[in-house]
Amino acid sequence: MAPETRTQSQPEKRSEPTAATRVDANRPVAEPRPEDIDPTAVFDLEDLSVYYGSFRAIRNVDMTVCQKQITAFIGPSGCGKTTLLRCFNRMNDLVDIARVEGKVLYHGVNLYDSAVNPVEVRRRIGMVFQKPNPFPKSIYDNIAFGPKVAGVKGDLGEVVERSLRRAALWDEVKDRLKDSAMGLSGGQQQRLCIARALAVDPEVILMDEPCSALDPIATGRIEDLMEEIKSEYTILIVTHNMQQAARVSDRCAFFTAEVNETSDTRTGILVEFDRTEKMFSNPSDERTENYVTGRFG
Amino acid sequence: MAVTTPPMTAAPELVRQRLQGKKVDAAGLIFRALLLLALLVTMAVLVVLLVEVLTGGWGVFTTRMGEFLTGKLGSSAARSGIAQGLRGTFFIGAFVVALAFPLGVGAAIYLEEYAPKSRFARFVDINIRNLAGVPSVVYGLLGFAIFVKALRFLTGPGSANGATVISAGLTLAILVLPIVIITAAEAIRAVPDSLREAGFGVGATRWEVVRSHVLPYASPGILTGTVLSLARALGEAAPLILVGATTGFLSEGAGYGLSTLQERFTAMPIVIYSWAGRPQPGFASNTAAAIVVLLAVVLLANAAAILLRNRYEKRR
Repeated sequence: MAPETRTQSQPEKRSEPTAATRVDANRPVAEPRPEDIDPTAVFDLEDLSVYYGSFRAIRNVDMTVCQKQITAFIGPSGCGKTTLLRCFNRMNDLVDIARVEGKVLYHGVNLYDSAVNPVEVRRRIGMVFQKPNPFPKSIYDNIAFGPKVAGVKGDLGEVVERSLRRAALWDEVKDRLKDSAMGLSGGQQQRLCIARALAVDPEVILMDEPCSALDPIATGRIEDLMEEIKSEYTILIVTHNMQQAARVSDRCAFFTAEVNETSDTRTGILVEFDRTEKMFSNPSDERTENYVTGRFG
Repeated sequence: MAVTTPPMTAAPELVRQRLQGKKVDAAGLIFRALLLLALLVTMAVLVVLLVEVLTGGWGVFTTRMGEFLTGKLGSSAARSGIAQGLRGTFFIGAFVVALAFPLGVGAAIYLEEYAPKSRFARFVDINIRNLAGVPSVVYGLLGFAIFVKALRFLTGPGSANGATVISAGLTLAILVLPIVIITAAEAIRAVPDSLREAGFGVGATRWEVVRSHVLPYASPGILTGTVLSLARALGEAAPLILVGATTGFLSEGAGYGLSTLQERFTAMPIVIYSWAGRPQPGFASNTAAAIVVLLAVVLLANAAAILLRNRYEKRR
């Protein structure tokens, strides 16, 4: 696989759009040569399936994620939203039995190509987790760790301040940067985690139900924050909260789980992916409509 | 008391009776008493042991403590000291810390953080657990065969013929190695995955995550395990007998110099064992005093570990 490093310029065999009909209409069908790549597209998933051992968690996802937009993943529990999200920065690598089929093209480069370094991927594609998970260290060290491992030398005070300001946390913590991050409230911890993700200057931020452990006020703050930073970052968010998806996202993907005939397991599928207004007002698929109107899930 | 409308008066009364009624939970009380008994028995044994050795050795400490700590072994109980035993025990402890600690923690990190969770890894894990249960006398035989015999040219080419403190230190380091690995692996396993994910999420490598987050978080547990194994090593007598610890013919070149590593040696448990078997009256109190000293050494090691652990925990 060694000579295949320049995936961009190489005509790759591209699977024909699958039978599933929910393919984005705007997506180019041609080979992904650099000149053909939609300039606003950051990610292009091609027939992506994820397995845990022999269990298939989600299958045959095709979708295009656009730049500087908030893309929300909604759907009932167990439909593979989080599993899918963790493919975007190869976080699934940490699960020994996880296996990915298909492609995750990031600016035309397949992230699952053997030549790709997952550490470099995660520097460009940051992540915020469901439960706030600050390092048990000082607020300063939490932010400074990312730039440090990325090789930034010298005084990181400026980076720390800029990141905390962007995450709307600076005023609350500027006098206690040396205090442990564990002393912050849940909402503050989550904003610290966002600041930590911003500190390495990523292009994309993945958010896995970032507000599910927070109260409505803290949730509101995070949503405002997402609105504010979306001019600079591409955000993908998994959420169980449909109102949240409707409020913050530009585009929305609805997933559901179908029961497999052969075994008593469920595999997630992408049902519909469109502009958020359309998804919530006039979805094309009946299943989406049932879900967003609260009749199912 | 919430609702007290007249027609409802009977109901609150009933509730009050139910809530205030005494009902003895006999099984619960018996269980609690048994648990307390278990604790008391344990404590009693410990207290009896301590009182026994303290009173036994008291005379030695009050009359000639300095001489006892710095003196050498001898045939006269009143003039015998434990300097050589302390020296041997010190070197054994040093070997255990210098060898078993890095090797054990390194193996644990590899097993937990790097090795794929394969059937082979599980096999290795089970075997390490089994090794931790192997009787120490077996390790003594192993030490005799490998360090005293096969590696004699390294451990003691001189008159000691391999029966040196190097052999003893290596044997005991190997004896406690599985314990260090198991406790360190458990401490590393207790590190929440969310912490690792946080580290990987900002683009850290495996090594950076382990060094900056996993090890600091696990270090209190690792330290506790290491000290427990150190205490175990310092108290072992059986393997030392097999690798040739003596209570006589010790060289005159005392001190803590490196040259003494390749000479005949003794250690505190051996001194205690040898004195306990002597019929002369003075040796009984010498034995008790030596036990007190060994306990103090172990407690000191424990205290040092607790201090270190507290420092790490504060930084969390």
